[in-house]
Amino acid sequence: MNNFAYTQAASTKEATTAKEADKQAAFIGGGTTLLDIMKSNIEQHTLLIDINKLALLGITNAAEGLRIGALERMSDVGEHPQVVQNYPVISQALLASASPQLRNMASMGGNLLQKTRCGYYRDTAFPCNKRVPGSGCPAQQGDNRNLAIFGTSPSCIATNASDLAVALVALEAKLTLENPKGATRTVPLADFYKLPGSTPHLENHLLPGELITAITVPAAAHARKSHYLKVRDRASYAYALVSAAVGLDVQGGTIRSARVALGGVGTVPWRVPAVEKALVGKAPTEDNFRAAAALAVRDAQPREHNKFKVELAQRTLVRALVEVI
Amino acid sequence: MDTEPQFFDQPGGYVGKPLVRVEGREKVTGKAKYAAEFALPGLTYGVFTTSPIAKGKITRIDTSAAAREPGVLAVLTHQNLPKLAKTPNDPQGKKDIGAPMGFLPLTGDEIFYAAQPVALVVADTLEHATHAATLVQVSYQKSEPLANFKQPKAELFDPEKVQDGKQKGHTRRGEPQAAFASAPIQLTATYNHPVYNHNPMEPGSTTAHWEAPDRLTIYESTQGVTRTQSAVAAMTGMPREQIRVITKYLGGGFGCKGATWPHTILTVQAAKAVGRPVKLMLTREQMFTSMGHREDQEQVMQLGATADGKLTSLVHTKKSTTSPWDNYAEPNSKIVDLLYASPTFESSYELARANVMTSTFMRAPGEAPGSFAIECSMDDLAYRVGVDPIEIRLRNYADHDYGTGQPWSSKSLKQCYARGAELFGWNKRNPKPGATRDGRYLVGMGMASASYPVHNSSGTARARLYADGHAVVQAGATDLGTGTYTVMTQVAADSLGLPIEKVRFELGDTLLPTAPNSGGSVAAGTVSSSVYLACQDVWQKLIKAAVIDRKSPLYRAKPEDVAVEKGRLFLKKDPKKGEAFGELMKRGEMTDIEGMAQGKYGSGYEDTAAAKNADPTQKDQAGHHSMHSFGAHFCEVRVDMDLGTIRVSKWVSVIGAGRILNAQTARSQIIGGAIFGIGSALMEETIRDQNFSRYTNADLAGYHVPVNADIPDMTVEFVEEHDPHINAMGVKGIGEIAMVGVAAAVANAVYHATGKRLRDLPLTPDKVLMAGLNS
Repeated sequence: MNNFAYTQAASTKEATTAKEADKQAAFIGGGTTLLDIMKSNIEQHTLLIDINKLALLGITNAAEGLRIGALERMSDVGEHPQVVQNYPVISQALLASASPQLRNMASMGGNLLQKTRCGYYRDTAFPCNKRVPGSGCPAQQGDNRNLAIFGTSPSCIATNASDLAVALVALEAKLTLENPKGATRTVPLADFYKLPGSTPHLENHLLPGELITAITVPAAAHARKSHYLKVRDRASYAYALVSAAVGLDVQGGTIRSARVALGGVGTVPWRVPAVEKALVGKAPTEDNFRAAAALAVRDAQPREHNKFKVELAQRTLVRALVEVI
Repeated sequence: MDTEPQFFDQPGGYVGKPLVRVEGREKVTGKAKYAAEFALPGLTYGVFTTSPIAKGKITRIDTSAAAREPGVLAVLTHQNLPKLAKTPNDPQGKKDIGAPMGFLPLTGDEIFYAAQPVALVVADTLEHATHAATLVQVSYQKSEPLANFKQPKAELFDPEKVQDGKQKGHTRRGEPQAAFASAPIQLTATYNHPVYNHNPMEPGSTTAHWEAPDRLTIYESTQGVTRTQSAVAAMTGMPREQIRVITKYLGGGFGCKGATWPHTILTVQAAKAVGRPVKLMLTREQMFTSMGHREDQEQVMQLGATADGKLTSLVHTKKSTTSPWDNYAEPNSKIVDLLYASPTFESSYELARANVMTSTFMRAPGEAPGSFAIECSMDDLAYRVGVDPIEIRLRNYADHDYGTGQPWSSKSLKQCYARGAELFGWNKRNPKPGATRDGRYLVGMGMASASYPVHNSSGTARARLYADGHAVVQAGATDLGTGTYTVMTQVAADSLGLPIEKVRFELGDTLLPTAPNSGGSVAAGTVSSSVYLACQDVWQKLIKAAVIDRKSPLYRAKPEDVAVEKGRLFLKKDPKKGEAFGELMKRGEMTDIEGMAQGKYGSGYEDTAAAKNADPTQKDQAGHHSMHSFGAHFCEVRVDMDLGTIRVSKWVSVIGAGRILNAQTARSQIIGGAIFGIGSALMEETIRDQNFSRYTNADLAGYHVPVNADIPDMTVEFVEEHDPHINAMGVKGIGEIAMVGVAAAVANAVYHATGKRLRDLPLTPDKVLMAGLNS
């Protein structure tokens, strides 16, 4: 572990300015990912900018949608009555994540920036293009059981580890980002993440100094009737092998709108518009779900040990849809 | 040994009662000091730099940047490690040291396994040492490593002996191949097991303090202070009495702390180099590559039987990975031979060397994987014959030990089956597999037998009784966290007739009388026997004092005519004639009196000389009886075939293991062992990259042990069992039997639920899913 400086930012501007000034600086919220990453020598930061005093709190539900401050803790959002009632998929994704202790610490913004659990990334003795660009990707020929089948490249097949992001991508959530000049912009979460391509170390579209300040989720009937299902190696406290976030608006026995995203299978949270399109106008039956789910895996690129995810993704999706109706 | 007294329950006594832990308050208030919590003056910190590669040579090592860091006191490498009198690098040295691994890092430039220590940095703070360890610059000449016995380049060989020479590699009774060939029912199945790591909650650690050139104190996280002492004595060339090893509390071990691993002696040498105490605590990641593991292995189980399911032949072979130096394989075949009445039996082992460290004993070494093979295959046989899994086991019930020909010292297996079935509701089981549903879940019930040997062992204890009615009882034993402090206090209180709060039991220090390692399930029986006999020695001394004391009512009585009960010495023929020990001692101006005794366990209890002289592979069989605990586990699972998930929904274990010293700590131990087994069945697995021979999930996020949500309420019962052949206390020990057969009970339940036989552990969702797809 390198020595590093620590500063507590009094304002968003102070935080973003400090970050922009030091390329080796990092924001620290709950710290549940960052400290692990630093202790494992995966990242070396010269400066930690504590953002916990910033006014980035608040969970408000209005007619147009839900707004969540980026520093809200996972547990507070997961148990918030408005979230539970109107956006169950978000609540369920949060409460299926990590452990109660971690959820009490980890912030919403930090959750969306968490690092992959790929074992090659997490151990600096291995080559890893995400950690050391150009060093190689042993996961392609190695232990890839937990890794991605969508959005992969010859450079990287690491899975995005966030459950929350899967739910948010399904519901077309947007991030509010603030830059050092104090200007804000809004980016759909689906566009926020970068596919690995040949630059897997670049994971998102944050500009220098930019900070996630809020998450907004549009209100919708399919958000109220939504569900998160996570399949994992043990009953709790494990990352997803496959997960599915689904939302349906069913009226008069017909699906009017559908939202579907998969977790544990993509290098980024994996929304599947083809499945959504196929569901609209159909009756919410298990047969129809199965036919639609088959479309989700058309582009799958499994490796030696994660072939099962092609099948499991479809089944998880079908089950999630069955459970939501 | 009919001359030795045997413990009998005291009316209103403590032994057997569900007493809470005597050290519980110290633990929950943080006062209990674990090995790494001794804040010595001038303490410094050691941190390893480890090799990223699994095979090759160090071509250059530059420690200057690390040495320049603030607070750094020394950087030890193979170029400057203070010389040792002996290393385990040659077979004789290994034997003299009792080392688990025939290689000590930092003694040469060759790299044999991934994460092998290449430097040890000592600094004034943990942070300084941790950072400086990253600055040691090492250049390597890499070679292509071998990752396991299954790779094309692996060369399998037949070791003459396995488990470091403790077990025969090849055994045979009768003509099993011919019997198999002519058997009406022939079953052959292959079982695969991943690497498992012990992962005790408390990582291994050493704090070495040279108080003088001839006085070394080591605070060690070990299952045996004596074993650590003798290993360090051999390596340093010091006499044992100059080395003191202390382990007051242990946060689990499961076998990985049973032997002395390289970090211990390297810390001792580091402390010598810097002239200050050094503490080294292994990181969680290093725990996967520093204290052994259960080896990856494949078992082939061949079973021949008559049409009505009576075994005629058992043939067991095992292939596994071992290190470049040692022939370690856990002895799976023992339990395969033991459990059932097969007239013929054969077992063999094949090993292949790979770039891994040496594997070691891990809870029920041999019995855990061996029971998986035989107990799943017996389940197959039951279905093949069309009888209940319990019935097939009863048809093959062994009324004596077929392997040794000896009678059992005691065996309550039939009672375990019957009581377990009753508690579990086995009679509600639909015999047809794949036929019970609960909503989306397929429900299955499975069971398996369990057994574990009473190994040969011995140890000593000391009891000091004060005239005022207090006592201190001591043995250099270890409390793994399972209740040794508590049960020994109970035994001593009953043996001395004192209220339990007047008795203190001390352990975990080589200054105390020598006790065996807490391993192989020997500690409870060996230490309790030595404690009981040490207390008897106190009474014998007091009786001798009474009969020569003119003022004693027992003056001139024959010692053998005097008995003791609840602290009162009296004439057996005239119990009114006698006195309390306090009166006798005060009158004689005796402040205290000490007794000391050796307790023997297993074959050495029945026949000390035979056990002493027996070949190492035959020690446990040197008595007149075959000594084992037995039990049965019952499991219900709910399987979601669509998603591949298995959840254990009901559990019953019934165990016959001789005298149970504390109903509560014993129950906890069985629960813990069963959960350990459920973990091995469903989720635990250390994954070694095939190209790098390096683990990819060396942390507790990637190595899944069960969490509460995985485990249902569990029912545990013990069958009352009195065994006079095994030791003075009649205790068999329960640390390991708790997990024997557990994985098989789970897999058998999964088969019953789904009709799919899964033989490759762990039974993760991908395997269940693929089994469903391939049908």
